[in-house]
Amino acid sequence: MRAVKPRPIETLRRRFITPEGVDLQLVLGGAGERAAAFMIDATIILVTLIVMSLLLGLLGYKSGAVGDRLDAIVVLWLLGFFVLRNGWFTMFEIGGRGATPGKRLMGLRVVARDGKRLTGGAVIVRNAMREIELFLPLTFIGAQRVEGIGDTFLTIFMLAWTSIFLLFPLFNRDRLRVGDLLAGTWVVHNVRGTLAPDLATATPAERRVFSDAALDLYGVYELQTLEDVLRRANPDTMTTVAASIRRKAGLPDDGDDWGFLTDYYAALCARLERGVMLGRRRQDKYAGGR
Amino acid sequence: MSTSPAPPALNASRFRAAHEADWARLDHLVGRIERRSVRVLDDDDLLALPVLYRSALSSLSVARETSLDRALIAYLEQLCTRAYFQIYGVPGNAWRQVAAFFTRGWPDAVRSLWRETVAAALLTLAGAIAAYLLVAHDPSWFFSIIPDGLAEGRDPSASADALRQVLYHGSAEDALAAFATFLFTHNAQIALFAFALGFAFAVPTALLLVYNGMMLGALTAVYAAKGLAFPFLGWIAIHGTTELFAITLAGAAGFRIGLAIAFPGRVARMDAAVAAGRTAGTAMAGVVLMLLVAGLLEGIGRQTVEVDWQRYAVGAAMLIAWLVYYYLPRGGNARG
Repeated sequence: MRAVKPRPIETLRRRFITPEGVDLQLVLGGAGERAAAFMIDATIILVTLIVMSLLLGLLGYKSGAVGDRLDAIVVLWLLGFFVLRNGWFTMFEIGGRGATPGKRLMGLRVVARDGKRLTGGAVIVRNAMREIELFLPLTFIGAQRVEGIGDTFLTIFMLAWTSIFLLFPLFNRDRLRVGDLLAGTWVVHNVRGTLAPDLATATPAERRVFSDAALDLYGVYELQTLEDVLRRANPDTMTTVAASIRRKAGLPDDGDDWGFLTDYYAALCARLERGVMLGRRRQDKYAGGR
Repeated sequence: MSTSPAPPALNASRFRAAHEADWARLDHLVGRIERRSVRVLDDDDLLALPVLYRSALSSLSVARETSLDRALIAYLEQLCTRAYFQIYGVPGNAWRQVAAFFTRGWPDAVRSLWRETVAAALLTLAGAIAAYLLVAHDPSWFFSIIPDGLAEGRDPSASADALRQVLYHGSAEDALAAFATFLFTHNAQIALFAFALGFAFAVPTALLLVYNGMMLGALTAVYAAKGLAFPFLGWIAIHGTTELFAITLAGAAGFRIGLAIAFPGRVARMDAAVAAGRTAGTAMAGVVLMLLVAGLLEGIGRQTVEVDWQRYAVGAAMLIAWLVYYYLPRGGNARG
């Protein structure tokens, strides 16, 4: 087991103390996930808009499309467009889930940075800012294309404007959009996880016993990496890891990688836990043994 | 290497065995709340929820200190986080929130913006007077102020009859309801911009307000030159008191944010921005509703009420109603 750098997700962990005084260690949503969530929402909105326009158009065509009928259809379309554009994000985020369908799919939710209730006002601010972040420049560029006055300078300016706001989350530690910043919210991971089975009891009653020297090789970091390897259960990785441990501990190869690794995991875990209970937490293999 | 029958009794294993049932129950309850709402829980579950939540939190603390089983800690972290947001973080009852918004939130937010509102109103007025004087002095200014698309032929070269035609017989859009809806969505978008642009230290918001006033002033000058100032202002007033008030408030909300970012005072810049954002956001929700009313008045009211004094009366009544709703001390007659 070589020491690899911790995964970048660690940099998105934030202290978050509950009123009970426990640090929940929230994990913030990464820029990629946020972008993906927005793409999903934007796609749903676009598709809904197209379907709505087609249905209303069909309705108008069938009913002859004159006078009050046409009027009603135009009203429906305008209101539908307005509600979709401004209401989609707000309605979903005000609800108990605090997430649009896109965010839910990506396992994200919006919460208040101070841990209090997420108020309707905060959600409105958060999403009203999207107007200048995205829709304003897009509208400008779109209007130019329609009118055929391709002002290159203005287009470049607007694209630069959008990219400043779009890239804003990448330039602050907490991945805040301008809207998040003003509304006092942030977007965190909220995934339902299941409790993975206990590796130490899942092994058969008969275990291999390891010498102190063999167990002194590694610390907590290596133990948890071994845990990952066992949970992923990739045969090639396990062979490599098992061979590496056997070589270092000077043990013979008995051909049962899974059995060897789970036994070694249980034994190493028991030993390190004993150390933790006595106040000696051995962080990794570089920290000295006893 | 030999084999032995006794499995090492890990702390983590014993800990799991002792508490797993409680965690599973909390997981189940929180999962049900997340899927539907807190109302799906019966009384027993509801009473158990905070107890289970606290026991899971304490399990998390213990596990972090004594257990090296990363899967266990990760599971407890997500469980506690989900339970926390269901217990502390969710918004309250939707209807009570709506009621609180109309009785307190909205008027309180608008009232607390009064300084910014006065400033925004003065800027609009200054723009209107400046443009009026400019166009009255030299009509060619009109074309620099009003874009061609908006003027619809209402420029200094138009005849008095043509101008009167617009005032009393509507413009090309005869479909009243559709026109009202269009005006509402259009104006709401403008107001949202005025608000959101406040972020840039309030400068674009100020420019937008001045320009809005200038358009009004320039048009008034065109009508005044033909002796139609009184009917024109009536044509504006019927919906304008509501609409201009709403846009002024949107500008004021933008100012509040811009000023909080530029001059945070004794608090941290970030905290000042958040506090301003909350007030301004509540006011903005109200502004959108005001613009809905303005759109209806403009699209329907103005086309059906064609007598000048009646138009003035409706405009004045709306203005008084809004002022009473916002600024009269609570306990008086509030309207929504």
